[in-house]
Amino acid sequence: MSTNPLLSINNLTASVDEKTILHGIDLNVAPGETHVLMGPNGAGKSTMGHVIMGDPVYTVNEGSITFDGADITELTPDKRSRAGLFLSFQAPVEIPGVPLSSFLRAQIAGRPGLEMRGKEFRRRVKELAAELSMDTAYLNRELGVGFSGGEKKKVEMLQLLLLQPKLAVLDETDSGLDVDALGVVSRGMDAYRKATDGSLIIITHNTRILEHLEVDRVHVMVDGRIVREDDASLIPWIDANGFDSFEREAAAAAAGETR
Amino acid sequence: MAKNRTEVADIDRSLYDFSYGEEGFERLDAGLTPDIVTEISQRKNEPRWMLDLRLKSLEIYHRMPNPTWGPGIEGLDMDNIVTYVKPNTEQKNDWDSVPDDIKDTFERLGIPEAERSYLAGVGAQYDSELVYHNMQDTAAKMGIVYSGIEEALHEPKWEAIIREKFMTLIPPTDHKFAALHGAVWSGGSFVYVPKGVKLDFPLQSYFRLNAKGAGQFEHTLIVVEDDADLHFIEGCSAPKYNVANLHAGAVELFVGKRAHLRYSTIENWSKNMYNLNTKRARCEEEGEIEWISGSFGSHVGYLYPMSVLAGRKSRSNFTGITFAGTGQNLDTGCKVVLGAPDTTATVETKSISKGGGISTFRSSIVATPAAEGAAASVSCQSLMLDDISRSDTIPAMDIRAKNVDIGHEATIGRIGDDKIFYLMSRGISEEEARTMIVNGFANPVSKELPLEYAVEMNNLIKLEMEGAIG
Repeated sequence: MSTNPLLSINNLTASVDEKTILHGIDLNVAPGETHVLMGPNGAGKSTMGHVIMGDPVYTVNEGSITFDGADITELTPDKRSRAGLFLSFQAPVEIPGVPLSSFLRAQIAGRPGLEMRGKEFRRRVKELAAELSMDTAYLNRELGVGFSGGEKKKVEMLQLLLLQPKLAVLDETDSGLDVDALGVVSRGMDAYRKATDGSLIIITHNTRILEHLEVDRVHVMVDGRIVREDDASLIPWIDANGFDSFEREAAAAAAGETR
Repeated sequence: MAKNRTEVADIDRSLYDFSYGEEGFERLDAGLTPDIVTEISQRKNEPRWMLDLRLKSLEIYHRMPNPTWGPGIEGLDMDNIVTYVKPNTEQKNDWDSVPDDIKDTFERLGIPEAERSYLAGVGAQYDSELVYHNMQDTAAKMGIVYSGIEEALHEPKWEAIIREKFMTLIPPTDHKFAALHGAVWSGGSFVYVPKGVKLDFPLQSYFRLNAKGAGQFEHTLIVVEDDADLHFIEGCSAPKYNVANLHAGAVELFVGKRAHLRYSTIENWSKNMYNLNTKRARCEEEGEIEWISGSFGSHVGYLYPMSVLAGRKSRSNFTGITFAGTGQNLDTGCKVVLGAPDTTATVETKSISKGGGISTFRSSIVATPAAEGAAASVSCQSLMLDDISRSDTIPAMDIRAKNVDIGHEATIGRIGDDKIFYLMSRGISEEEARTMIVNGFANPVSKELPLEYAVEMNNLIKLEMEGAIG
């Protein structure tokens, strides 16, 4: 692990409605690294992504998040985005009446190096859409309204490529996708890595999406704790064995704590 | 957005049926006399029948009570209004007396300097004459009459038409402010589109509101003959400031057989205004009226454009948006009379309330026994931006015909925190995110407006949304 991480999460404890979801998480991601966050349903993986992005639904009770040398624990999500963080949503929302293209324009407005004139912007977005096998007709449609699950995910990838963040958290971007759409998402991740040499945290159940990726670290999360960390060799092991053993260990540990 | 079907409550009287209560009228009416009304008429050199109509209206006005079923109008400053309609009274208006927030808004909406004082009601007619005359010339070449209604009254040919139609859709007996309008009306537009003539650009009354009192009691009379087509735009998004705080205009629209009229309005009266405006259209066989209505300003508003579908297969489409902010109580909606077989009507409204603003949607669909095979659908979506604002839906339906298809749907929602977080996660500030969502909500209305008006409406929403957080 780098001594100079891009993202450094220290002893992070977070809760929602007074229920603690994350218990003392530590995680460091160096520039250019790809990390995978795995674990059974309800382990707190998505919460982790949301807390990194600053979702006000969650309260950070303890610990800190440092990004690119600055403590961002108290920053609002828009400021985190402008600092170079990105979260791809598992379930992107629908905003009726707002064309996708207007939404994209608002995102790049005022970003040094990204703000473009109208013509340039349209060309750029069309290029990206083509790269993601996305019909450009979507650009004029209302954000998310009537989009299929796969189309919504493509739109997320489009934004990832447009914004070129320093670090992107992809929350189950592969879930519920057919093979074609999975291919598109993989291509999107590749394109992002090539274009930016940015870091990735990939939250997933599914190891398939990881097949063509060079993974640096794998973190296994159970019940809001990171219970195992290893290199990419852990992926085929999980593929074969699932999370059962981690869950049993966690349960035993919890039982030990309460004893 | 949570989608809850709201309770559909019956109201036991029609929108225009005012109940009676006696107290307070004497005091309110002090000052408005037959002498003043006669003087108004004489100064305008009107035909005798118009003076008679004014005097009759005045009598009705004195007899009628204020409405008691809608937002309170206790703050209505009738003495000031009397002063305003009184001929020969000096109007002591100057730019310095215009409130700062209005000046500021002019600035930010990008209203040209020359127009500002005019819009604020303190300047002479601004330099729009050229635009207006170009518009008028083009229309005239097609045989369309587009003129001030007072001028038209002096042309015998048009006087006959005006006399036949004036205040027949909105009789002075309709309600107190219709009566007041009949007595003191001033200025407004007269448009006559001959048979089969289709105008392909909108006429805009913006350039016509310059007669004295025109901002308050203007009368718009539009006749679209058979097979003709017109788009008329009233008002503009700039806040209009008037010393007198009552607007009681009247709009009467006559749509011939197979004719089409689109009537678009954006109103942004200053926030001291009581907007008690009355608008009606009558459609003959296969005629169509389209209402596009944006209500932003006013302290209190009562506004329910009404379509009387008198001819078989005539149609009415209403698209409206109301934005009620702090200190505003806007009671808006639409009324349709399905008065002939196979008539159809759609009503689609959006309302936004914020900062304690109250927005009430009131609709009335009446199907007369003649309306066999008629259909109407009413949809009302409300968006509340905080916990202190209020939004109500009062749809009324009175169906007296067989084989009629009527539907109503109402939803009331808030902006979901998940949507805000999503937008913010892409670098958009909270205020911008909320504005974006509200603009999106208003989009079905703005997309019906000509581009320049749509842009102005979006700017207006942006202004209204400022400081909406915290």
